[in-house]
Formats: sequence, C-alpha cells, structure tokens
Amino acid sequence: MPVAFAIHDLSADGSLVRIGNNLKDGISNGAIWALVALGYTMVYGIVELINFAHGEVFMIGSFIAFAAFGWLGLDLTTAIPLLILGLALTLLISAIASGALNGMIEKVGYRPLRDAPKLAPLITAVGFSFILQNVGVLWLGGSQVSVPDLIGSQNLLFEVGGIDITNGDALSILTTIPLVLGLTLFIDRARMGKAMRATAQDPDAARLMGIDVDKTISATFLIGGVMAGAAGLIYALYQTTIWFHQGFEAGLIAFTAAVMGGIGNLRGAVVGGLIIGCIQQISDNRIGPEWTPVIVFAFLVLVMLVRPRGLLGEETRQAG
Amino acid sequence: MSSVLERARRIDQRFLVAAAILFAVLLPFFFDSGSPFMDDAVLALAYVVMALGLNVIVGFAGLLDLGYVAFFAIGAFTMGWLGSTFYSESNGGDGIHILVTGAASNLPGIHINFLLVLVAAVVFTTIAGVIIGLPTLRLRGDYIAIVTLAFGEIIGQVAANGDQIKIGPIWDATLGKLPLIPDLGSSATLTRGKLGISPVDKIDLPFMDPFTSLNSRPWYFVALGLVLLVLFVNVRLRDSRLGRAWLALREDEVAAISMGIPTVKTKLMAYGTGAALGGMSGAFLGSFLNTVNASQFEFLFSIFILAMVILGGLGSVWGVVIGAILLSYVNSWLIPDVLNGLPGQLGLDFDLTQVSFAIFGFILVIVMILRPEGLIPERSRKQEMHGIGAGDTAGAGTDVELGEAG
Repeated sequence: MPVAFAIHDLSADGSLVRIGNNLKDGISNGAIWALVALGYTMVYGIVELINFAHGEVFMIGSFIAFAAFGWLGLDLTTAIPLLILGLALTLLISAIASGALNGMIEKVGYRPLRDAPKLAPLITAVGFSFILQNVGVLWLGGSQVSVPDLIGSQNLLFEVGGIDITNGDALSILTTIPLVLGLTLFIDRARMGKAMRATAQDPDAARLMGIDVDKTISATFLIGGVMAGAAGLIYALYQTTIWFHQGFEAGLIAFTAAVMGGIGNLRGAVVGGLIIGCIQQISDNRIGPEWTPVIVFAFLVLVMLVRPRGLLGEETRQAG
Repeated sequence: MSSVLERARRIDQRFLVAAAILFAVLLPFFFDSGSPFMDDAVLALAYVVMALGLNVIVGFAGLLDLGYVAFFAIGAFTMGWLGSTFYSESNGGDGIHILVTGAASNLPGIHINFLLVLVAAVVFTTIAGVIIGLPTLRLRGDYIAIVTLAFGEIIGQVAANGDQIKIGPIWDATLGKLPLIPDLGSSATLTRGKLGISPVDKIDLPFMDPFTSLNSRPWYFVALGLVLLVLFVNVRLRDSRLGRAWLALREDEVAAISMGIPTVKTKLMAYGTGAALGGMSGAFLGSFLNTVNASQFEFLFSIFILAMVILGGLGSVWGVVIGAILLSYVNSWLIPDVLNGLPGQLGLDFDLTQVSFAIFGFILVIVMILRPEGLIPERSRKQEMHGIGAGDTAGAGTDVELGEAG
C-alpha cells in the first residue's frame, strides 16, 4: 500500500513528501501501538490468553498521566528542566500504576481460571475491559478531554527533506526505543527474563526446574502493564486528547500488531505496531478517517486468514 | 431405579415447560397493553431469540463469537431496506408494495410484508454467518473471538458510514435491467449513516389489524411466537445428530474429526443457524424499535447478549432463556428505573445507567469465577467446568495446532 501511494504521488507531483509525512506520522503512532502490543505478545506467549483488558490498562495509564500532570503542577509555564523531571516522574507513576493494575487483574480474574477451559479467562478479560471502560467514564466523563500540550506536540523540531519532525514525533520515538531495547535485554539476559522464556516454552518443565511459575506470570503481566502505562503517557502527550474509548481501539490495533509480528515475538510486535501505524495514517490521509477502523479491522481479518502465525513467525510453545 | 428417577425428572421438566409457556401466554392479560412493563417484555423476548441464536454458536459448538451484533445489524437493515420509505426513489418513485395493507401501501419506498422480510433476513444473515465463519475455520478458539469481533466492528462501521456508499447507480446498471427487479434511484445509499432509517413499517399480519406502537400486546405475541419457534429449533438441534456433532467438536476437535465428523460443514452450520436466529430477532427489533440506527450496532451489544448466554449457562437452552430475561430486565428496568438513583443516595456523583456496562462486565467476571457453568448448567458443561477432563480439553487445542503444523 505505501509503495502504491508513493508511485501515485511521484506521478502526480513528482515528490515523495506527502507519503514521507504519512509514514513519519505512522511510525510515531505505531511506536505507541508497539508498546501496547508488547504487553499482548508477552502475555499471550506465556499464558496463551488474549488479555482483552490490556487496551483499557493503556487507557487508564493515559488517565493517570493526565492526573499526575495536575498533582505535579505541570503546565505550559513550567520551565524546561523542571518539565523534563516532571515528565520522567509521570512516566514512572503511570507505568507503575498500570503495571500494578495489570498484575491485579491477572491475580483476580485469570489465575483462578488457569485450569479452566481457555474461553473462561477470555470472558473474564472482556468483563474487566468493560469495568475499566466505565471507570474511565466515571473518572473523566464520556467525551474527549484535552490534555495540556506540555511538549508542544505539533511544534516543528527540525525538517528533513520536506518531512517535518515535530516534538511529538521525537518524544514518541525517543521514549519507545530505550523501552524496547531495555525490555529485549531484560528478556534475553535477566534471570526473570530467562524464567519467562522457559515458562513460555513449557510451564510444567519450568516448574520442575524450580521456576516459580506463578511469580513469573505475575511479572509478565506487570511488565506488560508498565509498557502500556508508558504508552499511555506518550499517547496523552502526543495526541493531547484522551478519552475512555481510546483503549478499546488501541487494544484491537495492538493485538493485530502482535499477531502480525508473530504472537510471542517481541521484535515482531514492534514491527507490527509500526506497520499498522503507517496503514492507519495512510488511510486517514487518503481515504478518510471514518473508514480507518474498517481498514484496520479488515487488515486484522486478512492477517489472521493468510498468516495466523505472523510475519516473523511465533515463538510460543505451539510453534516449537 | 435410576430409570424411574430419569422418567420422573423428564415428566417434571415437561410440566415446568408447559407451565412456563402458559404463564408467558397469559402474562399480557394482567398488564395494561401500553404499559412500560409490556414494552420491556417484548424486548426481553426479542433478546431471548438473540441469546438462543448465540447459544448455538458459543454454547453448542463452542465457537466464541464476539461479533454477534453483526447479525442483529443485518437483520434490522433487512427490515429497514424492505420496509420503510428509505428507498423512496425506487421504481421511479412509485415504490414497491408486496402484500402490505394500511398506510404503508400508499407510501413510496419498498414495503414488503413482515413475514417475507423475516424470510429475507434469515437468508441474508445465514449467508453472512457462513461468510464470517469461513475465515475462522482454521483458527484456534481465542483467535476466532477476535476475527468475529472484527467482523462485528466492520459491519457497525459500514452501517455508520454507509451513507457514503452509493449503491443506486451500480444496482440500476446491473440488476435493474433484469425482470422483476426494480431500480432504486440514482441517489440510493447503503444506509442512512448516523441518522438511521426511521420510521420503519409496523408488522402487518394477515387477518390482523396493522400493529401500532401504542398497543404492545400483538408485538408480544409475535415475539413469543418467535421465541417458541426458536426454542423448538434449539431443543431439536441439540438432540439431533448435528447437535451431538457440535458437542463433540466443542469437547475435543481431534477426537471428533477422527470419528468422521465433517468439521467445516458442522462449524458452518453452527454459524449459519446462530446467525439466522439473530437476523430474525434483528428484523423484529427493527420494526418494533421503529428505527435502524448505527448506534444500535456496537460491540457493547455483542457482550450484552454474550453475558445472557454465560449467565444462564453456556449450551443450556433453558438457562439461556432465563439469563436473557434476567439481563434484559436488569438493563431496561432495574438499572434505569429502580436503582438509578442508588449511587446518588450513597453520596456518589453518578447515575447507575452510566455504568450499566460495567455491571455486565462484572457479571461476566463473577459468573466465570464463581459459577462458570451458569445459573442452570448443561450437564456435560458442569463437569467440564469443575475440572473433570478440563486438562484434556486444554491439551486438545495444542494437539490440533501441532497436527496442523506437521
């Protein structure tokens, strides 16, 4: 699709600026979806559950970040060094709170059902998703709420070949890269990361090797929630509006991203997130934003139909 | 000894069913025909039909469908297309009238008798059910949930933006030239977008006066008729060869396949049947609610119906009926009329209607954790949910995957 539009642009006005800007916006948005998708893919990789409430955890993360701006007194007049400190603190608050929320959902809703048929925890996940959506409605009401544009999201930072890089783009990409790298390192190197990989491969064997499987699963949900909370903050700063329904759509988009990248595969989830972000932007810009959900969902069905194992192949026990 | 008990139980059950039907038939005569209670009762019966339809897909065949709203939408749109002034330019502005009496027979647009619309809705939704079912055939359980959800959302979004889709010119160019098929006019669109198609023709049955919105008694009896029909279909299917095939697939797909059960056909039959029942109810609701509106077709609705099936007991026909009636009254009476002020009385600053879907979410969570087999469980499901053989079921999914990979 991007290639087709690039050729179309070239023939129309001989420049790639428009498609370039589409892709740039897509990558900035996609970075947020990538962070959410990591939570899906990790959880699915380890307990084979679509954590349907994950999108809502992301939404609550945004709301907490918004509230934290108020607690910390961050507004448009805050000096830049203080602002950076404040945002770092907000990141910490929303990430930890979202992580704790996700961990709690696992403990209450999924752990008692670990031996039940697979559909049972999926149904409680849907239930939690609705409960959290209504928490959002009670918290900030049923319509969009605007967030103070602390970073000047649309302000131009610099320009490369006609493509405008804004503060929002820089924030989104520069926060996502260290988070993803840190997570990959953690999974590859840390003891807990090793335990996670072992549990994902074979929970029974992992238990026999002395791994505390319950603790490992809790940690997975916690880390997934942390990523969603970070994504929530970036979303609030980047979009400058938040509302209770953002989690539902984000959840489906991120899940599509996770499936596309091969569920259980961290790098795949990131790639999937970026691709979906680009598809969305192109559809918003060329077809009309009201049709974007249809395009994304049709793409979801297509991915499931053609490549349910994902573009990069899955790394769950089912593939091995 | 056990056979005597079994026979006693069966007689007992028959008596209960007969008593319940008698109660349902006599109920409207104790209430004023225009009372809100009767309106809620009509809605409840329509939801029973929906829930029994979803029960075929989720309860009998074990395919978690999170996009059931799609069939409501298609059924309701069938009613909207074939029974309103929406296509007012059709047939050169004269309209099309088939077996309709009363006011509708003089209006422009397409007006077709409700019974024929019902048949059309069943045909359309069955086709839609099979189309939605096809891509899910190769997928495992939880992926099916997501694909059906995506289809439900696509249909909802198309309904909301369908005023941009002009079908008139294409229709007239391709189908309009055939005999018997009228033109729709060049400005005909697929839906009326967010405005919705309204008013919709009232049900018009032979030997009866056309229905009105003031008197809900005839609506009640039509809905009850649909419920009885669908109950009959549900019970007969459950005890049929097909019903046992669904059960076998639900419990252990590998074993079912090795016993010679045709998976594709069996699963598609489940989707088609469930969809058809949802479409019937959708067409009825389109006429009863007097509008076919994109805001009706949201994901929330799918979960609302799913909560009825889960609360009553997956696969349990009578449980689902009870679950649907309970939740329908919770939604249309208990929350808005009785308990709405409760948070206010407790000093909280919101109405209960604002959180009605959290209540349904809460029901899903609580039922799954405390009583996963539902209020009136199906017998085999009860055993499964309480751990007997649960491990086997979980293992089966993995085996299927390995089998397909190899």
